[in-house]
Amino acid sequence: MKYRLNQVMEEINLISIYKKMYRIRQFELKVREAHQNGLISVPIYLSVGQESIASALSEFFPQGLPIFAQHRCHSYYIAFGGALPTLRDQLLSSEALWDQGAGGSASISDRSITMFGHSGFMGDQIPIAAGFAMMQKKVTLGVIGDASAEEDYVIATLGFIAKKKIPLLIVCEDNNLSILTQVHERRNWKFVDVAKSFGCEAYEITDHPRQIWARLSQWNQTSPLVLNIKTTRHLWHAGSGQDESPIHDTILEVESEIFKNVGEAALLEIKSNIDREMTRLWK
Amino acid sequence: MTLAEYISTYTRELIIDKDAIVMGQCLTAVGWVAGTIPPLKNHPNIIELPMADVAGGGFAVGAALDEARPVIYVIRYQGFLWYNAISIANYAAKSFELFGVPCPLIVRAIGMEGGIGPVAGNSHLSLLLRMPGLNIFAPMTIAEWKRSMEFHFEQSKNPTIIGEHRASYSLTIELKDYVYSDARVNLLAIGASRLNARTAHDDLKDRGIKVNLFNLYMLSPLTWPEGLLESVTELGSCIIIDSDFEKWGPSQNIAYMLSSITKCKIELLGLQTRSAGFSKATDNVSPSAQEIIQKVQQTKSY
Repeated sequence: MKYRLNQVMEEINLISIYKKMYRIRQFELKVREAHQNGLISVPIYLSVGQESIASALSEFFPQGLPIFAQHRCHSYYIAFGGALPTLRDQLLSSEALWDQGAGGSASISDRSITMFGHSGFMGDQIPIAAGFAMMQKKVTLGVIGDASAEEDYVIATLGFIAKKKIPLLIVCEDNNLSILTQVHERRNWKFVDVAKSFGCEAYEITDHPRQIWARLSQWNQTSPLVLNIKTTRHLWHAGSGQDESPIHDTILEVESEIFKNVGEAALLEIKSNIDREMTRLWK
Repeated sequence: MTLAEYISTYTRELIIDKDAIVMGQCLTAVGWVAGTIPPLKNHPNIIELPMADVAGGGFAVGAALDEARPVIYVIRYQGFLWYNAISIANYAAKSFELFGVPCPLIVRAIGMEGGIGPVAGNSHLSLLLRMPGLNIFAPMTIAEWKRSMEFHFEQSKNPTIIGEHRASYSLTIELKDYVYSDARVNLLAIGASRLNARTAHDDLKDRGIKVNLFNLYMLSPLTWPEGLLESVTELGSCIIIDSDFEKWGPSQNIAYMLSSITKCKIELLGLQTRSAGFSKATDNVSPSAQEIIQKVQQTKSY
């Protein structure tokens, strides 16, 4: 169904999105702590700073949708309803896991939320998602980073989904970094320009939930949509380190809106509930 | 009925009965892939893919994750498995083992040889044989092709690679094993080399030299032809003939396995260790019947 934009702006539940963002943030910070304490030995790819994208998407698609992501996918797993104890156990490599510990942080797979695992080849989930969406004939989500967007098979997929009118939503989480190499050092083109040249509807936006919802609400969901979403990675590409303080933090931006709307007490209650959940989870 | 006609008929039934999808490049062009694709013009289940060979494998793998419908992915040149290996070998093959999600893709990778050059010519199955999670077969006859598909549908949740060969498409006969009580040599033939091995067998028989000829097409999981192990143990040796490289090809691994089981000497005869050119002088093809006969004559003196 195609929403009218003003209707969407009324419908967007920023509080729900914020709750997811804060929950993801706190979980990831606990993972970071566990990693720094030596409790996690597998490579980890944390979503800190990029939580708003998965949170906004999951609120827009409350019924869920098939997800093909790659590393830095904790946020999708959590936002779309994955079980936190399972993810925790996966990272701690204990027993009774969904994939016997074979997938790790980078390859989360959970059929209960139709989240498919990843091979480790950056961006190969995009052609795979396209094939899946073609068969299913329903909206499917493919998530990449700005580096994966440079993979030739990702580019080729843009042509395929445009030609076949496949309802694939490609979200490029553009944190401007391939490990530490910036986009301008790697290419002189924009992902959205390439997508448009193939005939895809494509936009470059910020990671504020309102911007994401605005674009989703105008999408007909019967042909592809490409969103290059500018975001800020707070921690290292892999691991739990941090080089410098982030230049932007969307969660604070959203939090200030919540504060204005519901007041300090309600905001604190939201945060303390989630904090307690995390304390119990990581006890 | 030829093998090509059988594949076409089988595929048509799969499309009609099970809503199967056939994907690939230039499927509906002249010849319908040597007559192996049912000529269902503009049928929605026959999907023409763009010439993006690496992405194409991904499209097929993603389609196969929809387990409800069989997906056949046609790779017109077996050498193009190099492009497609990314998603087939590293996603489809691992999906069930790593994630518990079956990806039962059927890949028809078509081999050929003779004047076709270094990429399109010869067998490239060794590229994938090292990967766990793939069924790999090299059928040459109707019964073998049918058995390969039955195995896929009845016994596996993994992708299946059917390594076909253009030389087999016109075959109407089965290539049976020959076992004699007074044979002096065992031949184990794989892929298209089986045709020359059969010619060599017949020629030698006319000369009064009997060789046991075994045909191997179920490469992974490896299924030994009936009676092979006993025969190799009894005669003390075997020659493996293959359309892939002699060095680092499947025959070398199979020789090791066969030798480990039987403790017998295993010889190889396959492609030379060099790239194939297009001319006759520079080509690199399956061992000829004459080369096989020479190898037998050298070996039968053991």
